Amino acid sequence: MSEFATGDGVNTKDATLLSVRQLRTWFELRRWGLLKVGDVRAVDGLDFEMRRGEAVAFVGESGCGKSSLARTLLGLYRPTAGSIWIEGEDMAGFDRHQLHLYRRKIGYVQQDPYAALPPFMQVRRILREPLIVHGNRDREDQERKIRAALREVRLEPPETYLTKFPHMLSGGQQQRVVIARALILKPALIIADEPVSMLDASVRVEILNLLRQIQQQRNLTLAFITHDLSTVRYFANRIMVMYAGQIVERAPVDTLLDQPRHPYTQALLEALPDPDPDNAQKIRRLPKGEPPSLVSPPSGCRFHPRCPHAIKGLCEIKPPPEFPIAPEHGAACWLNQPS
Amino acid sequence: MVESNNKPLLQVEDLRLHYRSAEGVVRAVDGVDLTIERNQALVLLGESGCGKSSLAKALLRLLPRNVESLAGRAWLDGEEVIGLGEEQFRRRVRWRRIAIVMQAAMNSLNPVVRVGAQVAEPLRVHYGWSRAKALDRAGETFQLVGIPTDFLIRYPFELSGGMRQRAVLAMALAASPELVILDEPTSALDGLTQANIMNVLKRIKQELHTSFLLITHDIATSSEIADQVALMYAGQIVEFSSARDFFRQPAHPYAQALLASVPRLRRKIRPEYIPGQPPSLIAPPAGCRFADRCPHRFERCSECPPMFDRAPGRKIRCWLEAAPSNLDRETP
Ligand SMILES: Nc1ncnc2c1ncn2[C@@H]1O[C@H](COP(=O)(O)OP(=O)(O)OP(=O)(O)O)[C@@H](O)[C@H]1O
Ligand SMILES: Nc1ncnc2c1ncn2[C@@H]1O[C@H](COP(=O)(O)OP(=O)(O)OP(=O)(O)O)[C@@H](O)[C@H]1O
Ligand SMILES: [Mg+2]
Ligand SMILES: [Mg+2]
Repeated sequence: MSEFATGDGVNTKDATLLSVRQLRTWFELRRWGLLKVGDVRAVDGLDFEMRRGEAVAFVGESGCGKSSLARTLLGLYRPTAGSIWIEGEDMAGFDRHQLHLYRRKIGYVQQDPYAALPPFMQVRRILREPLIVHGNRDREDQERKIRAALREVRLEPPETYLTKFPHMLSGGQQQRVVIARALILKPALIIADEPVSMLDASVRVEILNLLRQIQQQRNLTLAFITHDLSTVRYFANRIMVMYAGQIVERAPVDTLLDQPRHPYTQALLEALPDPDPDNAQKIRRLPKGEPPSLVSPPSGCRFHPRCPHAIKGLCEIKPPPEFPIAPEHGAACWLNQPS
Repeated sequence: MVESNNKPLLQVEDLRLHYRSAEGVVRAVDGVDLTIERNQALVLLGESGCGKSSLAKALLRLLPRNVESLAGRAWLDGEEVIGLGEEQFRRRVRWRRIAIVMQAAMNSLNPVVRVGAQVAEPLRVHYGWSRAKALDRAGETFQLVGIPTDFLIRYPFELSGGMRQRAVLAMALAASPELVILDEPTSALDGLTQANIMNVLKRIKQELHTSFLLITHDIATSSEIADQVALMYAGQIVEFSSARDFFRQPAHPYAQALLASVPRLRRKIRPEYIPGQPPSLIAPPAGCRFADRCPHRFERCSECPPMFDRAPGRKIRCWLEAAPSNLDRETP
């Protein structure tokens, strides 16, 4: 419904790695652990495709459903509705064995590197785990793969790091180990959930450069999840902006950053400072209010209560479909309805 | 503006805070000088682990048990306060004149006490105010930081992250201190919430003329309030400049590299990272602590550079400032 032609016609089918249709992941909200009082609609009707070799950034405020999407794609949460197609196969039909194989195709860099690594395991052991889980019993082959993975994330020479425990490594080095672990099974897709939000500015750039390089060299598909729009320009091809469990705008990176069309995207960009001493002289204009409840989201357009351009009698009643603006650029906002 | 005959609000000289650890003495704060003027915001920038929080804790003497040594001097409005006894310091300085919002404070609110009562509590303890009077004041500070007063009776878990951050800010502001230290007040929050909090701080600064020491590693956000910037590296200040100079013409090679690593939304410049890692604070190099990673390193850098005065109020810890060939750098 809201995906656009990629321009290369017949080949699109082969180029598509992942295809997500009307995806919903809701969590039941129970009182006293018993009585169901509603659903948290963390992912609420997503449609998108990811092509082989592209990096797509998913951007949105805290709580908008980014991690829930990641965990649904990983098969850790069962979708409430909709479907996920990977390499032309519907994940819903997978049995346990197929799901196991499917997980192997996806590398996961989870939010918070400090929680991601078991503190009592040496780096060698951390990297060996996924190999063992996926049936590799050949010690020599394991060791070769572990060293290759460390080299790939520039932890060199590997011998220096093999016997280190996580606490002996800097935040950036820990994140490299997390990435090495995500890469070791040669996945087709990497899902990186806020891979750098806990790190310093310089280390962020270092890690994002590394991820992007590996992704391009290996022609991997990368889903880069972040709440920080300023980090995406050089590290993704396309951006999807999420608000309250839905995609509100999608576009190639430069288009989205330079010509945003959804008022929410515009507000997000407006709020983010560049380092500039003049910032201290002005109060920023920000959308009023807070992100909405995902249990009882606003009617119509979910952004309408905070939107400076809301059209009375329309936006609070009818949810906007995604309107095409240009090839690959769409915004779910009535202001973009072709006249 | 501050009149020239006025003393600075806070002046810190040669502050040192060292910790004991199994590996050796950690020189977390290693000879820091700072000045904070009235109604000004000083931003303390630096990478994780460079000693920012330790500096704040030293100023307020909120110290862990394993302190090896605390030394240096600090004048608050002309009165030396590091030499004050703990009792005097607690009664006259901490919270009343210098208040702090600790790193991650929003996550350490008491989960079973209503936020209004948590803001009122110190007023009752320190000032002996009645419950009603303290709650009234809590309501006032809530308004100041932009929380609706009916939130006074809510519990922390009923507040969003941004609202909880405002609540801890309200606690720090309750006694109308002259200086508020904020340790990473926005780093756990997303962009819009961050911008909201920065707006609140700007308003408070305008309306109450409060001074701020804002500690952060978020360079872009720091420019939202900075009048002055102190850049810290491995326990020392390496650049002290006005915000204008720092963000427009950073002088220290580390400052230049750090600013080049910040992604820009409004300009297409590819961010560059700084190769290498900061040195250990247990055995820091004898010379310049940034030398290892510095593109301009030369022989002199094996000695520790002093703070050079580049201009009034602008200090740089770098030998390049001493070399005559570099004097022309002053007028770009
Ligand atoms: N397992 C769960 N059970 C119930 N609710 C959940 C669960 N996981 C997430 N949620 C809720 O779903 C919503 C979306 O959460 P999610 O973690 O996906 O957001 P996010 O965009 O990743 O946020 P952040 O930027 O803070 O990481 C939130 O309201 C959250 O409380
Ligand atoms: N109680 C302590 N005992 C021993 N070492 C400590 C202690 N507290 C901090 N350190 C060390 O002192 C150094 C400075 O720590 P500090 O917390 O001041 O850094 P920071 O700049 O605030 O970092 P961050 O940005 O991560 O908050 C670090 O190397 C840290 O490991
Ligand atoms: Mg998340
Ligand atoms: Mg700190």
